[in-house]
Amino acid sequence: MRSKWQRFKESYFLYSFLRDPIAYISFGILLVLVVSAFGAPIIAPHDPYNPTTIDIMDAEMPPAWYDGGSTEFLLGTDAQGRDMLSTMLYGMRVSIIIGLGAVALQAVIGIVVGLLSGYVRKLDNILMRIADVQLSFSTYMVAIFIGAIFQTVFGVGNYAKVAIPLLIIIIGLAEWPQYARTIRANVLAERKKEYVEAARIIGLSKKRIMWRHILPNTLSPILVISTVQVANAIMSEAALSFLGLGMPVTRPSLGSLITAGFEYIFSGAWWITIFPGIILVALILVINLLGDWLRDYLNPKLYKG
Amino acid sequence: MFAFIVKRVAQALLVMMIIGFIGFAIKHNFGDPVRDLVGQRVTPEERAEIRERLGLNDPFFVQYGRFLKNAVQGDLGRSFFFKKPAMDIIMQKAPATLELVFASACIIVFLSVPLGIFCAIRPRHWFSRFTMGGSIVGVSMPVFLTAILLIYVFSVELGWLPSYGRGETVTLFGWWKSGLLTADGLEHLIMPSIALSSIMLPLFIRLIRSEMMEVLESEYVKYAWAKGIKPSRVWIVHAFKNTLLPVITVGGVQLGIMVAFTILTETVFNWQGMGAMFIESVERADTSLMVAYLVFVGFIFVLVNTLVDIIYGLINPMVRVAGRK
Repeated sequence: MRSKWQRFKESYFLYSFLRDPIAYISFGILLVLVVSAFGAPIIAPHDPYNPTTIDIMDAEMPPAWYDGGSTEFLLGTDAQGRDMLSTMLYGMRVSIIIGLGAVALQAVIGIVVGLLSGYVRKLDNILMRIADVQLSFSTYMVAIFIGAIFQTVFGVGNYAKVAIPLLIIIIGLAEWPQYARTIRANVLAERKKEYVEAARIIGLSKKRIMWRHILPNTLSPILVISTVQVANAIMSEAALSFLGLGMPVTRPSLGSLITAGFEYIFSGAWWITIFPGIILVALILVINLLGDWLRDYLNPKLYKG
Repeated sequence: MFAFIVKRVAQALLVMMIIGFIGFAIKHNFGDPVRDLVGQRVTPEERAEIRERLGLNDPFFVQYGRFLKNAVQGDLGRSFFFKKPAMDIIMQKAPATLELVFASACIIVFLSVPLGIFCAIRPRHWFSRFTMGGSIVGVSMPVFLTAILLIYVFSVELGWLPSYGRGETVTLFGWWKSGLLTADGLEHLIMPSIALSSIMLPLFIRLIRSEMMEVLESEYVKYAWAKGIKPSRVWIVHAFKNTLLPVITVGGVQLGIMVAFTILTETVFNWQGMGAMFIESVERADTSLMVAYLVFVGFIFVLVNTLVDIIYGLINPMVRVAGRK
C-alpha cells in the first residue's frame, strides 16, 4: 500500500503543477506572502500595534538605501513613525484574514442558496432574481452601501472596533451571488445525471441527495471560484478601507495603509503608498493566476489558447 | 415581444420599489428629518409639533407610501448639510460623473476593440501575449491604486497633469457644467478617465478576444476563407460583426457598473461628482442625501439593465422564449 504522500507525488495534479512555471512561481510567492503575514509577530522587526515602541520622531523616514534612511527601518517609516515593513506584514495578515473570512461566509450562503435553487424549482426563480439584481449593482456598490449603512448604524468609533468581523459580513453579503450562481449552474448540470436518478429511485431523501451526492460533485468549480473570490474580497476590502469604510489606521490593512500614505504622496513620501500597493497587487495577482491555472487543470476541455 | 417588454418593465418597477424600501428603511431608522430642517435652538415641544405636522408619527407603511409618491415626482428629501433638496444637489453633481464615465467609455471602446481583435487573430504574437499578460495585472490592480500611481508619476514626479478637481468649466443649457469644452477641463479629465477605464479595459479586451476566437472557429468563417475572401474582410465583416452581440450585452451592463467605480476615482482625484458627494454624505451622516444617491443610482442601474435586456430581446428572439417558461 502506497502512502498518501507517495500517491500525491505520482499524481497528475503535481505533474501538471510542476510543468507550469506560472503556477509554481505564483504558488511560491503566495506561500512566502502568507507565511510572512501570519508569522508577522515573529518575523516583523517592530510591533506596530504597540504604541510604546513607536516614536513620532521617526516619522516619514525613507527606505534604508536612501539618504536619511536608517537600517533599523528597512523600508522606511509611515507618517506615525511605524516601521513600514512590520506594518505591512501585519496589514497583510488583516487583509488575508478578511479575504478568507468573507469567502467562507460567501461559501456558506452561496452553497445553501445554490443547492436550494438548483434542486428546488420553486425557490429558483426568487433566489436567482435576487442574485441577478444584486449582481447588476456590482459587488462594489453593494459593499459600499452596506458599509455606509453599517457606519451610520454603529457610528464611526464603534465601527472601527469591530471592523474585521463587520468587513467580513459586508463583503460576504455583497459577493455571494457569484458563488451561488456557479453552484446552481453545476447543480443543474449534475441533477440530470444518472447517479442522481439512481439515488432517487432507491428512495433517498432530497436533502441527502443534495448534500451527499450532488455537493461533492460540484466541489471542483467551488474550489476555482473560491480562489478567485479571495482575490476579489481582498480587493473589495482595500477599496472599502480606501473610502474610510474599512480598517482604521491604528490597525491597518493593506488598503488603509495605501490610503494613509496617499496624503503624503504630494510631499514626496512615496514609500508609504507604493510598498503596500505593490504587496497588494502581488497578492491579488498570484491568487488570480493560481485560480486561472486551477480552472484550466480541473476543466481541460475549456481551452483558452 | 410585447409581453416580454411588459414583464421586464414590471420587474424593473418591482426592483425600484425594493430599493426605495431599503432606502426608506435607512432613512426612517437613522435619519432625522427634523434635524435636517431646524437648528440646535429649537425646543423639544416645537420639534414634536414639527414631527406631527410632517407626519413622522404615522405608521411605517403610510410614510413609505408618501416617500414613494414623492420619489416618483422627483423629490427625494432634503440634504441636511447643503440645506437644499437632495435631488438638486445630485443633478448639480451628475454632469461631472457622466462626463467622466463617458470619457472612460470612449477610451475603453476605442482601445479594447482593436486590441481584442488583434489578440484574437494573432494569439501567438508577442504583442498579444504582452497585452494578455498586462490585462491580468490590470484586473488585479485596484482602481484607486492605479489612480494614485498616475498621480504620483504624472503630477508629483513629472508635474505634467493636474491631480485634482475639474479645472475650468463652461455652463451649457443653463445648468450642465461641462469640462469637455475647455483645454483646462480636458487636461483635468485625462487621468481620472484613464484610471476609471483601467478596471474595465482588461475585461473588455479579454471578452472581445475570447468571443472573436470562438467565432473564428465557426463553420461560416471557414467557408469565407474557402471562398478566398481577403483576410481583413473576413475578420471585420464576417467575424467581428458576430462577436458584437455578446459584447454589447455584457458591455451595456458593465458600463452601468462603472458608475460604482466613479466613487473610488472621484475620491482620489477630488472630482466634484456624485461619487465624491456620496462619500462626503456618509462622512457627514447626511442620511437624506445618502439615500437619495442610493435611489438615484439604483434607478440608473435598473434603467440601463432593462434597456439592455429589451434591446437584446429585440435582437435575439431566443432570450424571449427562454425567459417565458
